[in-house]
Amino acid sequence: MTEPFTIRKYLRDLPLPFCSGCGCLTVMNSFLRAVHELGHKDLSKFVFCSGIGCSAWIPSPYFKADSIHATHGRSIPVATGIKLMRPNLNVVIFGGDGDIAGIGLSHLVHAARRNIDVTVVMVNNMIYGMTGGQVAPTTPFGIKTTTTPYGSFDPPLDTTRLVATAGASYAARWTTLHFKQLKDAMKTAVTTNGFAFVEAVSPCPTTFGRRIGLKDAAEMLRWFKQNAMSKEQADKMTEKELANKIVVGKFAHRKKPTFSDHLQKALKEAEKTAQ
Amino acid sequence: MAKTQAGTFFWQGNQACAEGALVAGCRFFAGYPITPASEIFEHMALRLPQNSGIVVQMEDEMAALGAVIGASWTGAKAMTATSGPGFSLMQELMGYAFMTETPCVIVDVQRAGPSTGQATKCGQGDVMQARWGTHGDYTSVVLTPNSVQEMFELTIQAFNLAETYRTPVVLLADEIVAHMRERITVPPLEQLTIVNRKRPNATETQFFGQKEVAPMPSVGEGFNVAVTGSTHNEQGYRFTADPLVHKQLVGNLIEKIRSNADKIADYETYNTDNCDVAIVSFGCTSRAMYEAVEHAEHKGIKTGFIRLKTIWPFPEKIVQSIAQTAHTVIVPEMNLGEILYEVQRTVKDAAKVVPLNKIGGGELITPEELLAEIEGSVKTN
Repeated sequence: MTEPFTIRKYLRDLPLPFCSGCGCLTVMNSFLRAVHELGHKDLSKFVFCSGIGCSAWIPSPYFKADSIHATHGRSIPVATGIKLMRPNLNVVIFGGDGDIAGIGLSHLVHAARRNIDVTVVMVNNMIYGMTGGQVAPTTPFGIKTTTTPYGSFDPPLDTTRLVATAGASYAARWTTLHFKQLKDAMKTAVTTNGFAFVEAVSPCPTTFGRRIGLKDAAEMLRWFKQNAMSKEQADKMTEKELANKIVVGKFAHRKKPTFSDHLQKALKEAEKTAQ
Repeated sequence: MAKTQAGTFFWQGNQACAEGALVAGCRFFAGYPITPASEIFEHMALRLPQNSGIVVQMEDEMAALGAVIGASWTGAKAMTATSGPGFSLMQELMGYAFMTETPCVIVDVQRAGPSTGQATKCGQGDVMQARWGTHGDYTSVVLTPNSVQEMFELTIQAFNLAETYRTPVVLLADEIVAHMRERITVPPLEQLTIVNRKRPNATETQFFGQKEVAPMPSVGEGFNVAVTGSTHNEQGYRFTADPLVHKQLVGNLIEKIRSNADKIADYETYNTDNCDVAIVSFGCTSRAMYEAVEHAEHKGIKTGFIRLKTIWPFPEKIVQSIAQTAHTVIVPEMNLGEILYEVQRTVKDAAKVVPLNKIGGGELITPEELLAEIEGSVKTN
């Protein structure tokens, strides 16, 4: 380690927009620490994309970097266009569970299938926070939200498992309570060739916690702690036993060709025909 | 044969569009298959990699335009092509491209709608969607080719306008001009005007919402550009509640195009200052017009026309001028009346505005039908 970490060198001098107790701050911190530990003195080798939602504001415009704050759900396609034309840049996407696993899910699955060399950090607060607490595809079963006043009646999506199955090089889930593991996962994600996905289960005391009887971030983190279990542990349990548990750990980490690798081969073929 | 060669060819309209894009400097294409636009994608898939460009098939039309926008921010000229159903899906990101001043070209090869409609048959029903399709206050730049030659030329022009004004530009083609084959002449490439976006100096920090088109940086160049579809100031910082920032941003984005409407306006005219009956037409429908006018003149009816190559911004001045001489303006369209409303708004009471509409089965309005309308307008007047 050459110089001590200071978050400010990566940030614009703007007031941050997040609520008290919001996990976005922890995610921002863990990502920038990861970047620091990887030896990046600034963010000049990065481009950030995000969609709509609280966590889409983590990079935009707060990171002293190029950032594209796109429409709801479309951050991954925009990132795809950038990565294909600028393969040497680290393209990192931030988004919430609604943005990435709801409206943008198809883009997520196809990006994982292509194994395009970008990183997605999905901040999963289990709710549509910015719009005031509506049920999300990740909301635990049976939870009362503003649009499920009698309790949610659809089970949540296991996004990280889905991404691993779809073909990503790397997929991992941690909560903001697991700061070191989360930071290390960010490091692995950024340096992995191919599609890398980090899900950060994150507290939203404002529109979620206080409505389910967890009055502040500390109580939410305690709830994470009680319900989190390792993937190894979870693999031995039944689906019923795992209901509304938070399974943390690595879901995929494999060496495989990336979209760009295949594309380069196709481009070489094209060059031959052009002569 | 990597580069497009000068010469005379027998091409399909969609192929001419793709070759025009290559000549204009397009280096990225993202698409999603749809009839009757797929040949543009297929031709680009073959030809763009031969010209050091990249083509990718995305999972839907929103992803296609999203990838195009991302590519544009790397400095590349980028394009997608679709038809009505896909064009509807793209409206979300068309608004984003307008708001973020992202140059890109969207080809909409119109077919008969609404919904799936008649997927292989021609229509001209997307005229108003091309103008008003996304939400909020904005303005559009839309070109309408009527031949294979213009599928080539107006594609180049679409890129030039996109780069000049930093805005999405729509090439509003139709199934007939896209699928027909005819002679096309590609001029020596050095004779063509190719416009590239204005780039910032290293010290510049203001890239958005200015009265004059702001310079556009690319990602990865050290500008730390913040791009957002939310209301933003000149640096790209969000201002989601300030009324003045919103008013100024949206006002300037509209004005940079509106104030140049005369420069953008492109049309072909015939006998506009000496006609009793005038036709205002665009796209494939205009192809019946030449023969109809010839016959009408043979019958002693003083006939003129305006064929619009730009439909948005609507070329008001030329349409107003024709109504000074003509007592009747006929507006043939393969829809149930769209550009008609612009002609009526522009002409007001200066002349009688008569629609001539035909939809279904992809059948063109024939020269005979148009001639009958011209003759009828003389009798009733």
